[in-house]
Amino acid sequence: MTVYSSTAGQQRWQFADLKELLAKATPLRSGDCLAGLAAGSARQRVAAQMALADLPLKTFLHEQVIPPEVDEVSRLIIDSHDPVAFAPVSHLTVGDFRNWLLSDAADSASLKRLAMGLTPEMVAAVSKLMRVQDLILVASKCRNETAFRNSLGGKGVLSTRLQPNHPVDDPAGVAASILDGLMYGSGDAVIGINPASDNYTAVTDLLKMLDDIINHYGIPTQSCVLTHVTNQIEAINRGVPIDLVFQSIAGTQAANESFGINLALLGEANQAARELQRGSVGNNVMYFETGQGSALSANAHHGVDQQTCEVRAYAVARHFDPLLVNTVVGFIGPEYLYDGKQIIRAGLEDHFCGKLLGLPMGCDICYTNHAEADQDDMDMLLTQMAVAGINFIMGIPGGDDIMLNYQTTSFHDALYIREVLGLRPAPEFDHWLQQAGITQPSGRLAERMPETFSNLLKSL
Amino acid sequence: MNELEQTQQTTPVTENPWQALRRYTAARIAQGRTGVSLPTSALLAFQMDHASARDAVHTALQIEPLTEELYSAGYQTIQLHSRARDRTEYLQRPDLGRRLDMRSVKQLQQYRQKHPDSVRVALVIADGLSSLAVQNHAVAMAGSVLSRLANRGLSIAPVTIVTQGRVAVGDEVAELLGAELLILLVGERPGLSSPDSLGIYYTYQPSVGLTDARRNCISNVRPAGMSIEAASEKLIWLIDESIRLECSGVSLKDQSVSAAKIHGKKNFLLPE
Repeated sequence: MTVYSSTAGQQRWQFADLKELLAKATPLRSGDCLAGLAAGSARQRVAAQMALADLPLKTFLHEQVIPPEVDEVSRLIIDSHDPVAFAPVSHLTVGDFRNWLLSDAADSASLKRLAMGLTPEMVAAVSKLMRVQDLILVASKCRNETAFRNSLGGKGVLSTRLQPNHPVDDPAGVAASILDGLMYGSGDAVIGINPASDNYTAVTDLLKMLDDIINHYGIPTQSCVLTHVTNQIEAINRGVPIDLVFQSIAGTQAANESFGINLALLGEANQAARELQRGSVGNNVMYFETGQGSALSANAHHGVDQQTCEVRAYAVARHFDPLLVNTVVGFIGPEYLYDGKQIIRAGLEDHFCGKLLGLPMGCDICYTNHAEADQDDMDMLLTQMAVAGINFIMGIPGGDDIMLNYQTTSFHDALYIREVLGLRPAPEFDHWLQQAGITQPSGRLAERMPETFSNLLKSL
Repeated sequence: MNELEQTQQTTPVTENPWQALRRYTAARIAQGRTGVSLPTSALLAFQMDHASARDAVHTALQIEPLTEELYSAGYQTIQLHSRARDRTEYLQRPDLGRRLDMRSVKQLQQYRQKHPDSVRVALVIADGLSSLAVQNHAVAMAGSVLSRLANRGLSIAPVTIVTQGRVAVGDEVAELLGAELLILLVGERPGLSSPDSLGIYYTYQPSVGLTDARRNCISNVRPAGMSIEAASEKLIWLIDESIRLECSGVSLKDQSVSAAKIHGKKNFLLPE
C-alpha cells in the first residue's frame, strides 16, 4: 500500500491510502463527518488536496478504492476503461488535469472523446480541487445528448421532468398537476410519477394513464413511473406500456444490493425496454436517480467518501446509455448535506462529474424541511446549474411535492431560468407547445388557455 | 379613462382559469403568474408554510397523552429512547437514532426475562421527523391494525414508543422482544402541506442491520393522504402475504387493491 503525502511549510502530512487521501481532500460535508472520514482540520484538507494534485492520474488504474474482488462496480470500472480514449491525459497529474480541463484544449469534441478514458475516481479527484466556477466552466463545455421521443441536452436546451405526484395516486389529482405543468410548458424530459406505493396494480394504472395522455394529445415526450425495477420488468412482461425504466442506483455493489438490484438486473431491464422500440427519435430507455450519501446510508461505503461513491454510481449509469440521470441532491437530508452551501456545492460537483463521464445529467434541485436551506439556496443552485448547461431539472406545482414531502423546482422556476438565459425546451416539445397554443413563437406563455384544454374544465 | 388610470387598475398578474382543479389535489396548482414568476401572495403563502414546517421539525413528542390514549384503548406501553440524546444530535447522527440506548436495551431484556414466551407481533412507534404525525395518528393506526391482528389470534407485545428514533430502531426492539412481525409507525419528513404524515414500515423476521430491501413501506397516512382504514387494509394484506411467503420487502410485491381504486376520481384529461 502506497502512502501519500504533502509538505506545507514545516509540516508534512501523510495519508494512508488512496481512499483516505480522497476523503480528506473533500470539501466539508456532514456525511463525511458522520462516516468519520472528513479532514480533521481545514489545513489537513488543503494538504490532502495538494497531495492529490501531485498524484498521477494513472494511479487510479492500478489502485482501487474498493477491491474488485468484493465489488462488481469496481470490476465494471476497470473492465470498461478505454486506454485509447485516456491517452491524451494519461501523462497528467490530477492537478495538471484540472489545468487541462480549464484550458482551450478541452472543448466539446475533445471532452466527448475523453469520457470513456476516465474513471469515476479520476473525475471525483479533480472535482475536489475545483472551485464552483471551475465546475461550472468545464461542465458547460460538455454536451451529452440523448433521445427517445424528443432530443434532450442540445445547446440552449433546458428540459424539465414534470413530476405530478399525488399522496394516493388519485388519477384526477395526478391529471390536475399534469395539466398545470403542461400549461406552464413543463414535461419534455419526462412525465414521471413517484407512486405512493409499490402496489403493482396502482403502478400499472398510472403507466397506462400516462401513455393514454401522451397519445391523446400527441405530446413528444416520454413517461415513467418510479417504482422498483423488478416491478417494471414484470409490467413489460405483461404488456403494460413502459417508455423509460427507472431505478435508483449507487456506487457500490453493497449499496445497490440494499436497493434490491445488481448490474445483471439493470441489464435485463434495459434490454427489455429497448426491445419495445417505443422511442421515435432515439432509444435511450433508462432513467437513473442518484445522490450523495446513499452508500453511507446503507452502510455500504467501504470507507470511501460520499462524493467519490456518488461518482462511482455514474459508472453504473453510463453502462446502460440512459436518457436521463438525475442527482437528487438535497433529498437525503442534513446528516449528509447539512445546509444550502453544502447542497449547492454537491449539486455542482455531481453535474460536473456526470457530464465529464458522458452522462445526460439533470438535477433535482431540492431540500427537505429539516435541512438548513431555503428557496434562496435553490435559486442560487438553479441559476448556477443552468449556466453550467444542465440537461434537465424537476418541475412541480409551486415547488412543493405533496407526496414525497420536500421542495424542488417549480414550473415557474424553469420559466425564470429559461427567460434569464434564453433557454428553450427540447425542440420537438417546443414545437408541440406552440402548435397546442400553450406558448407563442417567442417561447413566452400564451395569454389565454388553449381551447383544447379549457373545454375540459367545462365538464368537471 | 386616461392611460394613467388604466395602468393603475390592471394588475400584472395573469390568473390561471383551471383553479377548479384544486378540488382534486392539494398540490400548488393554478397559482397564476406575474411575468413568469409567482405572484406575491402565493410567494408569501409558501414562505409561511415553510416556516411552519421548520418549526414542526423541532417540536418534541409528548409521551404522556400518547401512553394514556393507548392505555385507554387497552394497550400496555414501554417507553424507550434511542442513542441520540436530543434533536440536534438526532438530525446529524442517523446512526444513533437507529439504535436503542443502553437503558432501553436493559429495559427490554428485563421485560423478556419476566415474559419469556415468544410473541408474534411488535408494534413500535418512533417520533421520527414529525412528532405531530405520531401525536395525531399513531394511536388510531395502532388500534386499527392491532385489533385485527388480535382477531387472527396473533400474540402481541406491549407497544413500544421510541423517542429520537428512526425506522431501523424497530429492528432492535423486535429482536429484543423476540417478535417475528414488526410494524413500525414513524413521523415522516414534514412537507409544506403535510406536517403530520405518518409512515408505516413492515418487516418479516427483523434483525439488527438488515437493509431497506427487506422492508415494505406505506406512506402518507394522514387525513388528506391515505386514510387509516386504507393503510390498515394494506398492512394486513402485507402481513398475511409475508406469513404465507415467509419474506418481506422487495421480494413481497404489494398486489393488494390500490387505494386509488377505492377512492379514485376519474382522469378528466381523457375522453370517456
